[in-house]
Amino acid sequence: MGAPGTAVAGRLDVRADRLQVPAGRPGQAASRPAVEIAHLRKTYGPLVAVDDVSFSVTEGEIFGILGPNGAGKTTTVECAIGLRSPDSGTIRLLGLDPRADAGEVHEIVGAQLQASAFPPKLRVGEILGMYRSFYRDPADVGELTEALGLAGKRHDYYKSLSGGQRQRLSVALALIGRPKIAVLDEMTTGLDPQARRDAWELIEGVRDRGVTIILVTHFMEEAERLCDRVALIDNGRVVALDTPARLAAQARGGKSVRFLPSVPFDDRLLTTLPEVTRVDHEGQHVIVTGTGELASTVILALAAAGVTARDLQLDSSNLEDAFVRLTGRHTDKEGALT
Amino acid sequence: MTSLTLPRPRTARRAAFGQIVLNEARLTWRRPVGLIGGVAIPLVLLVIFGKVSKFQQPSATLGGLTAFDLYLPILVVFALAMLALLGLPIPLASYRELGLLRRLSTTPVPRSWMLIAQGLVQLCVAVTAIVIMIAVAMAAFGSPAPKSPAGLFPIGLLIAAIARTANAASVIGRLVFFPMMFFAGLWLPRALMPDVLLTISNYTPLGAAVEAIQDSMLQGFPPVAPLLVLAAYAVVFGFLARRFFRWE
Repeated sequence: MGAPGTAVAGRLDVRADRLQVPAGRPGQAASRPAVEIAHLRKTYGPLVAVDDVSFSVTEGEIFGILGPNGAGKTTTVECAIGLRSPDSGTIRLLGLDPRADAGEVHEIVGAQLQASAFPPKLRVGEILGMYRSFYRDPADVGELTEALGLAGKRHDYYKSLSGGQRQRLSVALALIGRPKIAVLDEMTTGLDPQARRDAWELIEGVRDRGVTIILVTHFMEEAERLCDRVALIDNGRVVALDTPARLAAQARGGKSVRFLPSVPFDDRLLTTLPEVTRVDHEGQHVIVTGTGELASTVILALAAAGVTARDLQLDSSNLEDAFVRLTGRHTDKEGALT
Repeated sequence: MTSLTLPRPRTARRAAFGQIVLNEARLTWRRPVGLIGGVAIPLVLLVIFGKVSKFQQPSATLGGLTAFDLYLPILVVFALAMLALLGLPIPLASYRELGLLRRLSTTPVPRSWMLIAQGLVQLCVAVTAIVIMIAVAMAAFGSPAPKSPAGLFPIGLLIAAIARTANAASVIGRLVFFPMMFFAGLWLPRALMPDVLLTISNYTPLGAAVEAIQDSMLQGFPPVAPLLVLAAYAVVFGFLARRFFRWE
């Protein structure tokens, strides 16, 4: 979208004044926004589910919406696909309003909803056949089941499917209308690690077909591995929006070195160094935070005092650190935000 | 972009609705609790009542009718009530639980289609049940052919009154099922009810339905009063159901 000739890829800011412009011209397809959300707000009585959320998603992008439970992720996407009407704000999907142009939006947006299941005694092929008939230009059931590893399951009852297979069916149904945008809400929650990795490959395959993907997740690893850009939502607001790598770099702020000293030493040995900003103790281990050539400076200073740094670890900051830092929250053992 | 806004051809929409109906029919067949309650049980009762010789003798206290004649419309109403209580609300409750209606609202198809499809399938089951019961009663137990097809009016009104209500308020439906069947005359035929009970019965949906169906089977066009009662229920229940129906 935007004025002719000003196609901007990866644009982060949202210009509400341009949201009324009809989407895209042929030839600009690679850079027009598939999704534009500006100042979205949604409350349930006194509860503010989404306070003020804005972002835009470029066509062909895998865009992650990440955040702790209750942050407003699901409400945001439910508003985006027209399941809920926002209190205020603008939403455009390829230039269409999800409420006013609901019919058309439902043709071009495929959704995989959280906690959505099917009657136990319908067969996979019957469910797919029914959903296929809803769309103008549906995908081929054979091809889709083949791609999702469900080809041998078409005659099986839904109740006989494993968790991973149900999830794949759910994704298949999100894709059966050949959507231009696919919204996948917590698609890997409840899957075992192998099934989760399979699902990731699947999503990459879908993107390679030119589908724009909005991926709601609370798994760091998932966002880091899959997403081109990530919006971190906390308390109904976007607290950060960038590529996973740059978010991680932002969070780093400094480097840290962790080691086990061979003999105890006075902290001042290190705190007096210009590169060192602080020194912490964690049991027997020492954690030094600072900037510049931190590791070599620390090791040299210790060596000069006759102290050997054993079990040395350099901090490699990742998306998880970014989120812990930005939200002040922690993650559980599986790497999910709590 | 213009190609995106072309209206869907009518045939495509019909095909989509047909697919929903087909899957609803499959589910009704594979999850037969509604069929057992709405078709098998009333039919078994009909056969049992038909085999009781006392029920086949005209009785002065019943106005010269046989007990079996009186029970046929009661069992028809029983079948309808069972379908409304088991056939409609159970799938719907599970659809809510599964998030199916929500899922459907993200597709180009209106979510109400699933309810309409479900209702249509149950209607077919109900009609089949009624046809089988009357056919069995006539062929095996010598019941006279229904005098007037007007019995379809009360049946239709009763279906209209309970179909949407059953979806909206299945718990209440189950609670009032036995009291309603009592006033329909399942245990004490209306012809034997004392005046007070009969008056109450006249104003309950199932009682009014039995009265109207009975008259149309045995005499001819039913009196207007029970039809009005049923119509009133259909309007009021329909309004309440629409008002309080939860999609999620």
